[in-house]
Amino acid sequence: MTIAERLRLPVPRRPLAAAPLWRAMRRVGKTHAFRLAGLYFAVFALSVLGVLFFVYWMSADFVERQTEATLDAEITGLAEQYAQGGISALVQIVAARSQGNPGDSMIYLVTTKDGRPLAGNIANWPANAAVTPGTLSFTIETETKGHEETHPARGMLIVIPDGYRLLVGRDIRDADAFRERVKLTLIWSGLLALGAGLAGGAVMSRNMLRRVEQVNRTAERVIGGNLSDRVPLRGSGDEFDQLAGNLNGMLDQIERLMTGMREVTDNVAHDLKTPLARLRARLELALIGGADAAAQNAAIRAAIDEADRMLATFNALLSIAEAEAGAGRDRAAPLDLAEVARHAAELYEPVVEERKFALRFDGATGVMVRGERNLLSQAIANLIDNALKYGAGADGSGRREIRLSVRGEGGRAVLEVSDRGPGIPSAEREAVFDRFVRLEPSRSTPGNGLGLSLVRAVAHLHGGIVRLFDNDPGLMVRLEFPAG
Amino acid sequence: MKVLVVEDDRDTAAYLAKALGESGYSVDHAGDGREGLFLATGGGYDAIILDRMLPGIDGLALLGALRAAEIRTPALILSALGSVDDRVRGLRAGGDDYLVKPFAFSELLARIEALLRRGQTSAATTKLHVGDLELDLLTRRVTRGGRSLELLPREFQLLECLMRNAGHVVTRTMLLETVWDYHFDPQTNVIDVHVSRLRQKIDKGFDQPLLHTVRGAGYCLKPPE
Repeated sequence: MTIAERLRLPVPRRPLAAAPLWRAMRRVGKTHAFRLAGLYFAVFALSVLGVLFFVYWMSADFVERQTEATLDAEITGLAEQYAQGGISALVQIVAARSQGNPGDSMIYLVTTKDGRPLAGNIANWPANAAVTPGTLSFTIETETKGHEETHPARGMLIVIPDGYRLLVGRDIRDADAFRERVKLTLIWSGLLALGAGLAGGAVMSRNMLRRVEQVNRTAERVIGGNLSDRVPLRGSGDEFDQLAGNLNGMLDQIERLMTGMREVTDNVAHDLKTPLARLRARLELALIGGADAAAQNAAIRAAIDEADRMLATFNALLSIAEAEAGAGRDRAAPLDLAEVARHAAELYEPVVEERKFALRFDGATGVMVRGERNLLSQAIANLIDNALKYGAGADGSGRREIRLSVRGEGGRAVLEVSDRGPGIPSAEREAVFDRFVRLEPSRSTPGNGLGLSLVRAVAHLHGGIVRLFDNDPGLMVRLEFPAG
Repeated sequence: MKVLVVEDDRDTAAYLAKALGESGYSVDHAGDGREGLFLATGGGYDAIILDRMLPGIDGLALLGALRAAEIRTPALILSALGSVDDRVRGLRAGGDDYLVKPFAFSELLARIEALLRRGQTSAATTKLHVGDLELDLLTRRVTRGGRSLELLPREFQLLECLMRNAGHVVTRTMLLETVWDYHFDPQTNVIDVHVSRLRQKIDKGFDQPLLHTVRGAGYCLKPPE
């Protein structure tokens, strides 16, 4: 890790680490990630506990059943002996079995009605065993490896006719020990699983929180004014990376729009300041020149002209804004593009002639577009206007020839306006569409630098595009619309 | 001629009242929609100038109410809302003309005069006359002093518009709207060139010019005094 990373990485973590623990916990507790992790942990813990308890219960039950089955088998055997040979046979077999293998954990005892032992491997009736027929639990004293031990036992008491009592039992110390061991094992493994679950959940939610935190920090910085800040990507392509990517894309778009907006506002302010200053100067002049009524009138007239030009600029700006906002879309109707172009050309025809230009029109009829006639006409008028203004070149060079053509091309309607003037250098062919952009040689000619902006807005409104080409020499503007 | 101005902005209203008064109109003013509707229903007006955004009842609702009551006084809507959509809405609501603020007073005056004349030239008229100039709407022939003039279709429409408003100012915007149905301002003053061509045809070679340019306003076709 480089020093820079070392320095930068802890930044999003600091509030968590530096804040008092309870505050950090309360903050974390409020997060969605924490709640989700908590919920998962609860479900996980419940199921782990359930499984462990089931395992314990099953094994305890199994051991108990085994004891009971052994006792049952033993009692059945003894009952058969008694049935065949009476009490003496029973005493005999019990005595024999008591002698049997010493490692066996079986317990036998036969007593008389008053409790005197007749045979068995324990000396007398266990002190804590009730004298009622059925299953009973008790303890026995045994001697293993030289010292006395008390072992738990389980047995059954059967009262035989004539009052004799038979106790068959089993030392269940080993079974109990086994059960204890199972219990302990299960408790430990349960604790381990819960611990691992808790740690995993914490790591996961912390990881998630950290990435959300990154997004939040970036958003805060952007709100704070740093529009160029972006959410860091990990390159893993996971959901967080996708979210971050989308957010960054959104921020890019906002930044672009903001920059565009700022430029427009700056340009409007700049471009209107000059005529306003002129207007003011003219009015001031009219005031000073008080005595001469004719001069005063002339100054006022000039001021009105200036105001009119400014209004025209505003109107052009509004038209562009309307077209960009999608105005007129609901008034779109099928139009013959050549017909619209011919009408616009016809409006300019006398001016073309007056300025010694030649306007050639090649219009294929039947090329239909869906559009708003007035806006399309205005766009075409602007293009002819431009060709008239710049088609001859600033110094009057260039052949005074304008070509206007309409044709269908591969399912698209294409309109071209070309001139033989100096053209536009390829580096500036994008910029000229921006509002108020006027290229250096044309700055002295009248115009507001909004003509092509409107053309582009109208093209976009109709789902079309506008591009500039070299007409070699001259400029060719090509508008392409989806055929309607 | 009595004109009702319904306009809530005091300065604009005062300016309109003064300017219209100087042009020979008698002007009543209503400051809000309700008062405007009340006055307009009272009748007796030759034209109404109506602001769109008014307190009380807005301009378009006022117009709707008037038209529903079969009151057909010509109305010119005056509004800062200038998009084609806004115009269409205004005209559909019953407006006879639509002028976007800010406006030149000469433009407003020319339009009001055109509105007032609208009812006068009856549809039955097939020939228009100004001095010795005659335009036949049926045969589409134009003669001056008995001499036939060759006009292009657009020039014919231009002349028809000017003759229908003979003696009154017709602005460039009005010509662009009526003859070309365009609702935008071309950057180059194309209308002037069209009109000067028309002038060549109707005035050239005649002693008395009929077509006059009105500075800062537009054009006027009138018989020689």
